[in-house]
Amino acid sequence: MDFNLTEDRQMLADTLNRFLGEQYPVEHRIKVAYDAPYHDPAKWDQLVELGALYALASEEAGGMGGTGFDISVVFEALGKTLTPEPFLGALMASRLLAAAGGDQDALLTGATKYAVGITEIDAPYELDQIATQATAKGDGFTLSGRKSTVYGGQIADVILIAAKHDDGLGVFAVNAADANVTGYGLMDGGGAAEILMDDAPATLVLADAEAALNDAVNAGIVALCAEAVGAMEVTHATTVEYFKQRKQFGVPIGKFQVLQHRAVDMLTEIEQARSIVIKAAAELGGDDASKYASMAKNLIGRAARLIAEESIQMHGGIAMTWEYSVSHYAKRLIMLDAQLGDTDYHLSQVMKGYAA
Amino acid sequence: MDLSYSAEDLAFRDEVRAYLAENLPERISDVVCSGAELTKEIIEEWHAILNKRGWLATIWPKEFGGPGWSPVQKHIFEEECCRAYAPRIVPFGLNMLGPVLQVFGSKEQQDHYLPRILDGTDWWCQGYSEPGAGSDLASLKTRAERDGDEWVINGQKTWTTLGQFADWIFCLCRTDPDAKNQEGISFILVDMATPGIEVRPIKLIEGGYEVNEIFFTDVRVPVGNLVGKENKGWTIAKFLLTHERTGIAGVGFSMQSLEEVKAIARKTMRGGKPLIEDPLFAARVAQAEIDLEAMKITNLRMLFKAQEQGAPGPETSLLKIKGTVINQELKDLARRALGPAAAPFPGHITEGNLMFGPADTEHNAARYFNNRKTSIFGGSNEIQRNIVTKTMLEL
Ligand SMILES: Cc1cc2nc3c(=O)[nH]c(=O)nc-3n(C[C@H](O)[C@H](O)[C@H](O)COP(=O)(O)OP(=O)(O)OC[C@H]3O[C@@H](n4cnc5c(N)ncnc54)[C@H](O)[C@@H]3O)c2cc1C
Repeated sequence: MDFNLTEDRQMLADTLNRFLGEQYPVEHRIKVAYDAPYHDPAKWDQLVELGALYALASEEAGGMGGTGFDISVVFEALGKTLTPEPFLGALMASRLLAAAGGDQDALLTGATKYAVGITEIDAPYELDQIATQATAKGDGFTLSGRKSTVYGGQIADVILIAAKHDDGLGVFAVNAADANVTGYGLMDGGGAAEILMDDAPATLVLADAEAALNDAVNAGIVALCAEAVGAMEVTHATTVEYFKQRKQFGVPIGKFQVLQHRAVDMLTEIEQARSIVIKAAAELGGDDASKYASMAKNLIGRAARLIAEESIQMHGGIAMTWEYSVSHYAKRLIMLDAQLGDTDYHLSQVMKGYAA
Repeated sequence: MDLSYSAEDLAFRDEVRAYLAENLPERISDVVCSGAELTKEIIEEWHAILNKRGWLATIWPKEFGGPGWSPVQKHIFEEECCRAYAPRIVPFGLNMLGPVLQVFGSKEQQDHYLPRILDGTDWWCQGYSEPGAGSDLASLKTRAERDGDEWVINGQKTWTTLGQFADWIFCLCRTDPDAKNQEGISFILVDMATPGIEVRPIKLIEGGYEVNEIFFTDVRVPVGNLVGKENKGWTIAKFLLTHERTGIAGVGFSMQSLEEVKAIARKTMRGGKPLIEDPLFAARVAQAEIDLEAMKITNLRMLFKAQEQGAPGPETSLLKIKGTVINQELKDLARRALGPAAAPFPGHITEGNLMFGPADTEHNAARYFNNRKTSIFGGSNEIQRNIVTKTMLEL
């Protein structure tokens, strides 16, 4: 066993952390994350040039990474700085394109921006409730239905849509120009889109796509969980630093034991969170990937809420302000629960395993 | 023991209910129901409606224009207002300064200020907290120096809720810098139009604007604006904080939140069924409802005790702690129930056909984040625990 990052991944982590630390300070993040296009296109280009997308795809798919650990390294760095760049859609699209065996140079070079549309209003988390319908037409297909909160959809060129096809689920590529796309900003910064399709022209990417969709979701979960770990660590560190600076009753508030112990409990949960992400990352692509992804997302959901709420509480009023970074970290930590299955959804997924 | 409402209480409830049905404009309750920020105009309009009926200053004694209600009646009124989605009463003049003036103010001050609070002439805000004085309020530094017939005020207040609308601010100021912390503080009324006052907005976590920083530079107010005795403001501050804590259990608001959670969970789908049928989620809701049911009784028990003793005791701290925890849990459940539908920034998706998820959900996540304040202000939940430790556990 070895819990160290390989040299390559350590280098990747160092590169990203350095770049984001210098180029994406939280003040800048707050400025770009809440106004259209809800990210920084120039910084996105630079991150792509650094090879961040290549790290998300395997060598067979034309990339240089693609394992759970590559993914978690990239997303932990993004989480530390709360980067609102549309990596999640790129990662999940890359998994789907890889499953289809197609070429994904356009994705990895950043020439084409991808997003993935799975979520629907009445199917927020579960694939078997998807209602969007694909119909064969001429050489291709048309899609009808609506995809909700498609992360990165506000700037995507191509959206990969999960839709009912024959008796199962297929994945189809839709050009953003061929659908009715309404982009908007999110509570926690960054952007998404509602995608309305009414016989929108589409091309088939993958016919029998359930396994590939599950894999893409699992990869997305590892990414979100790693992002959360990065964000939780920074939030915790900021809180402890504030303990030392903020004085009330003539002493730093960090002297109050009731706060000290809670900061310790936070730390314990962050260590637990890091561990479950390592486990889920290790299992990604394997037979039990879904089970461990669910475990990770459930634990992260609980830990992230604790870290977000306790950090605000133990700061007092200042963490209730837009100006102070912790409020934005807290929003991200809370809101990522509703991406790719929340705490309860994944708890029930783990419970389902007991019946068999 | 008898938990049932008396015939008079029931008649009172029906009267309140009928009054609200007739006098609370739907366009106002719609805004409250949506969770959007209330405008100054809406708040003033609602205050005026209640005042006309004599139901605005619910905690004032009859002699000052209050309705003279029993604790049960106050409770019924609060519950009914929440049920009808009436706006919350802005408390600074009505529930804070009013009682202070009634106990500590001169006859002249009472005659001048109290009617103006009732008829909405003066909008008040609370100038307690400072950048360096939050939980440790007694370390406040804003200085008031006597110069002839005037106080000259210099310093800074912060977190001043709705100070942007205020005509007046009641301030705790240091009048004797040599005295021990609590000793040299005075309670002074300041006209916000006085030269030397600057109000700067603070944007909150969810993007809303309800608090401010207020800067005082050589602000001159008449000596007569002192309430009570010079250097005895701390007694008033403490008196006011206990009043701030009554009603802090927020039972009515939690009942409102509980109904919201259930309504959302009936409309949102998970796994092809309404979320309310999901045992995991339903269990969370049920637990919150059980806590709330107990809180209703705890709240009433403590209201009665306060009535018997003539003043709220340290038990109100328990109400505040548990009341805020229950309400925050319910806000969390509402956001959770919406799932991805709670994700858009409020105001970003407004076109009817693009509203997604159940209606009226636009502000849900914003309310969840905004409501984190309730365990911080009015004495944080940590400070409430310290109070209980000292006063009830005597440790
Ligand atoms: C939205 C909002 C509206 C507000 N409105 C008003 C207003 O209208 N007027 C007004 O005057 N004030 C207002 N306040 C200020 C509010 O009362 C203060 O925020 C509160 O008193 C806490 O002070 P602080 O924020 O400085 O936190 P601090 O006092 O710095 O506390 C930081 C943390 O340390 C903890 N702590 C402090 N001392 C102890 C201790 N002895 N033991 C254990 N833990 C401790 C606190 O509980 C908190 O968790 C408002 C605040 C907010 C957030």
